[in-house]
Amino acid sequence: MSTDVKTPPPASQATEQRPSANGIKLPIYMDNHATTQLDPRVLEEMLPYFMEKFGNAASRNHPFGWAAEEAVELSRERIAKLIGATAKEIIFTSGATESDNLAIKGVAEMYREKGNHIITAVTEHKAVLDTCKHLEKGGFRVTYMPVQKDGLVDLEDLKRAMDDKTILVTIMAANNEIGVVQPLAEIGKLCRERGVIFHTDAVQAIGKIPVDVNKMNIDVASITGHKLYGPKGVGALYVRRKNPRVQLVPLIDGGGHERGMRSGTLNVPGIVGLGKACEIAMQDMPQESVKISGLRDRLRDKIMGRLDETYINGSMEQRLPGNLNISFAYVEGESLLMGINDIAVSSGSACTSATLEPSYVLKALGTGDDLAHSSIRFGIGRFNTEAEVDYVADRVIETVERLRELSPLYEMAKEGVDLKSVKWAGEAH
Amino acid sequence: MSYSDKVIDHYNHPRNVGSMDKSSADVGTGLVGAPECGDVMKLQIKVNPETSVIEDAKFKTFGCGSAIASSSLATEWVKGKTIDEALAIKNTEIVKELALPPVKIHCSVLAEDAIRAAIGDWKKKQEATKPVAVQAAH
Repeated sequence: MSTDVKTPPPASQATEQRPSANGIKLPIYMDNHATTQLDPRVLEEMLPYFMEKFGNAASRNHPFGWAAEEAVELSRERIAKLIGATAKEIIFTSGATESDNLAIKGVAEMYREKGNHIITAVTEHKAVLDTCKHLEKGGFRVTYMPVQKDGLVDLEDLKRAMDDKTILVTIMAANNEIGVVQPLAEIGKLCRERGVIFHTDAVQAIGKIPVDVNKMNIDVASITGHKLYGPKGVGALYVRRKNPRVQLVPLIDGGGHERGMRSGTLNVPGIVGLGKACEIAMQDMPQESVKISGLRDRLRDKIMGRLDETYINGSMEQRLPGNLNISFAYVEGESLLMGINDIAVSSGSACTSATLEPSYVLKALGTGDDLAHSSIRFGIGRFNTEAEVDYVADRVIETVERLRELSPLYEMAKEGVDLKSVKWAGEAH
Repeated sequence: MSYSDKVIDHYNHPRNVGSMDKSSADVGTGLVGAPECGDVMKLQIKVNPETSVIEDAKFKTFGCGSAIASSSLATEWVKGKTIDEALAIKNTEIVKELALPPVKIHCSVLAEDAIRAAIGDWKKKQEATKPVAVQAAH
């Protein structure tokens, strides 16, 4: 890792990268939907707020507090600017899960007298799905909309799902597994016409693709720092202040910070980092998205040009620039990860879980369990290079070929056996 | 998750990968698991009909590293054993040898199932091909 910041390296680095023959460092990190490396420019901006400028942003009567408050307000502006909002509409939280909880529970409780119906989609993040499930126990009615084969919600389904008790639609901007980007503007328009609040979990999208809360009629949006090269443990929630003004019942009571919606002393260094990350994203997005989608397409073309029976999960058109999710038929995902253990990616297989259920997102697209078990998510980010992409492609191809030679399913398919018609002995496993 | 050195060794250098002619009377084939569950094992044995000794074993596995290692180990262990000795192999021995964690025990169960299925298939073939001979012996 190279940074310009003059800090001593940590004593031990579990993930220390080793140089490899062709100049690239191993292991390669290509799991940028899970988290991203902090941008050195972000770290530099944060550092003074740990020691020199350590004040509490709520301290109103001395310069320590003023310096912290000033930094927090600058961050608010930077975040707001990235999504076309105003600074006063940004509330700081501890991250995406809290933002989703605050948005959904806060709206549900505030507007309960107006209605008790919430609409979401089956491919949402667990932070949204589990929050909705929690509300169901409290008497709310939740519609979990299916998605189409490409991962996108059907706007006609959404229209049909809405009734006079609907108070909230919560649909993510971009999916964390397959990167598909939902039709936010169309969903926002439908919600606005019917006077329904529209919340979007935008943690994967913000900083990667343009999100404009006014053009898209978004009322509440969840943001997190660590998905866009900012720090972990800090997030934000955009809450619309006018046309319409959205109000939330807080989850955390206390000193009345953040306009009463989120009490608790502000995480000033984290907030400074989140603000800086948003500023960088805004400046770099036009070039960066072209570069990253170019790398992503290069990876796809190399892999799919060499291997037959590989399938892309989710729409290729409506998709984050850095996401590629591929199923490699006849090869189990976890064994593939084991073969490419010098590359950090994720699998849709879940052979370690008690239920052995593969990704619910892939299943929602209609992908069979067998192909869901065979999927790999590549998340290309700001710090990936062309040389890394080429290395990853070569390693994936060589490992899939090796595992297919080992796969009874591949052998049967080559012999012309229709795997769907086989009566499998171990269905109970 | 982290794997034991033995699992990694079997994954990187699987023993006895391949296929035998499943229509041959001396070959027993076991195919267990299901693609939907993320594990399918095919284990084949070639048995000497005179001695009931397993002279060769081959496998192919679709599954995680532990499933590959369990079936690879199973082929090593059955080779040279008689049918009865091979039937005595327990999944718990595979768990112990490969240091499988609790979430991977099903891989060893599947390997035991594969051994039994292969032997079962061979026995069925023996009965089908030699009914007269068996009767004559009584």
